[in-house]
Amino acid sequence: MEALFSLVVGVLTASGTFLLLRGRTFPVIVGLALLSYAVNLFLFSMGGLNTDAAAVIGDSTAPSDPLPQALVLTAIVIGFAMTAFLVILAVRARSELGSDHVDGKTGEERGKG
Amino acid sequence: MNPHLLILPILLPLVSALGLLLTGQANLAWQRRVSLLATLALVGLSAWLLWLSDDGQIRFYALGDWPAPFGIVLMLDRLAALMLALTAVLALGCVLFASAGEDSQGSFFHGLFQLQLMGLNGAFLTGDLFNLFVFFEILLLASYALLMHGSDKPRVAAGLHYVVLNLVGSALFLVALGTLYGATGTLNMADMARRLVELPEDRQVLAGAGALLLIVVFSLKAAALPLYFWLPSTYAAAPAPVAALFAIMTKVGLYAILRIESLIFGAGPGAALIQGWLWWMGLATLALAVIGALGARDLRVLAAYLVLASAGVLLASAGLDTPQADAALLYYLVHSTLITGALFLLAELIGIQRGKAGTRLVRARRLRQGTLLGWLFLVAAVAAIGLPPLSGALAKLWLLQAVDATARPWFWSLLLLATLGVLIALSRAGSVLFWASHKGDTSGSRVQPLQLAGVLCLLAGAPLLALFAAPMAEFTLATADQLATPQRVLGALFGEPTALALQTEESP
Repeated sequence: MEALFSLVVGVLTASGTFLLLRGRTFPVIVGLALLSYAVNLFLFSMGGLNTDAAAVIGDSTAPSDPLPQALVLTAIVIGFAMTAFLVILAVRARSELGSDHVDGKTGEERGKG
Repeated sequence: MNPHLLILPILLPLVSALGLLLTGQANLAWQRRVSLLATLALVGLSAWLLWLSDDGQIRFYALGDWPAPFGIVLMLDRLAALMLALTAVLALGCVLFASAGEDSQGSFFHGLFQLQLMGLNGAFLTGDLFNLFVFFEILLLASYALLMHGSDKPRVAAGLHYVVLNLVGSALFLVALGTLYGATGTLNMADMARRLVELPEDRQVLAGAGALLLIVVFSLKAAALPLYFWLPSTYAAAPAPVAALFAIMTKVGLYAILRIESLIFGAGPGAALIQGWLWWMGLATLALAVIGALGARDLRVLAAYLVLASAGVLLASAGLDTPQADAALLYYLVHSTLITGALFLLAELIGIQRGKAGTRLVRARRLRQGTLLGWLFLVAAVAAIGLPPLSGALAKLWLLQAVDATARPWFWSLLLLATLGVLIALSRAGSVLFWASHKGDTSGSRVQPLQLAGVLCLLAGAPLLALFAAPMAEFTLATADQLATPQRVLGALFGEPTALALQTEESP
């Protein structure tokens, strides 16, 4: 399970980073979303991975750590709000700057002046 | 003292922000009054907390009365109190300035402003790493919205970069927290310090990685060398009162670095690792910032590079981590925050009276109130450069003294060269703005009393810090002493001699 889990986190992080480095706002937002999925999964595993462990003392012999779950919940909520804000911002930038490039215009357009 | 008072610096802006946001934009005059009153109350409150903290006792407030390592605690020591007071004074200047008309360009200025204050105060007070993340997010969300206030094209482009970069920073912050929690099993700063000392060898590496990741995140906020490129365009594009408030945002990053460096990693091997990086990053940031200041073609961009230069000086001195350097650093921090804030406000006033040229450093119309603005600019420039008799000179002299002999060649030459560079940049800017003007009519509105009050509120810091340098230095020295002995925090919070305390007592 550990191998699969870390593989998933790794692939998500790699794809998120790749998309983040693109020049258009839409891939950047998708990249950020993927990155935050990876981070949430990572946070979820920070108390250690185990099966058959409820986060309630007494229900299982080795209860799971409840704190990461609370933290992930907080992180998800914050990440969600931020993504929503970023989407609105990107739409606004598209309409005000007339381009969906993150700098407002592409490198070639800037070269022309 | 009533223990609940400790949470007031967070609750007061929160309540006033909610009130201001709910009542909407209906009555601007009323909103201004509420915002001003709330900020004034915050100044009084933080001054009182500053006075309280000066007895050297460290105060805690357990939220929901959950005991320390399990619940979230707020912690008030000298450093936190100093930062709270600085934020409140800076905020007062910004609110005064904004109330003269800047706040009517978009909606909800005052509500968002108070939310930002809440985030700042929370970040300074909290003693829990995840709670620090939450307060960072609050202050960032408010800052995104404030940055877009009355938006125009450069603001949207700069805002997009700022938001994306900070979201990536938040993701890294969470990864760092996850790593540290995985290694130590706690998020309480003091508890983490206690457990890091007892950590088995194989987990030390993990904790070290977490520590360095945290430093990366805080360097992004503090604008250290490879991570500062967002700062000049963002600060130059922000509305003046917001840019002035943002002068404290880089200091939040620095505060967080100081806090984790001294409290969490102070006794372990992590500290040496962090300090090496901070020292070189700080020096390189300073060098590049001065080159940027020399090349700036706009007064706002110039002021943004001055923020960056001060961040560089602060980071480098944080890398030294001697009590002397820490004390000098804190004095410089207060000075530089107030002065760069005042410069942003002044730039706006100058820009208004120069017609189309705005703050660009080109020949333009004569200023309507050239004498008044000229004198204000002179005071700000003298303080920012670090010429006597104002606080800048004292701060820089103290910093130069505080560096020990081995680090001197680098620090002295760079800091003195940087001072020369800033002197050239500011005197060139001043002579273009005030002397190289066309003959003929003047235009633009006169400086309003509220705007002047805002600028004076911040600018007064320079002579006052110089006049009361002795009590101020005493306070920062005591703060540095408190930072150097993290075992006092552990003693005060857990009430028992811990392994960390014993270890540091054995090997002074």
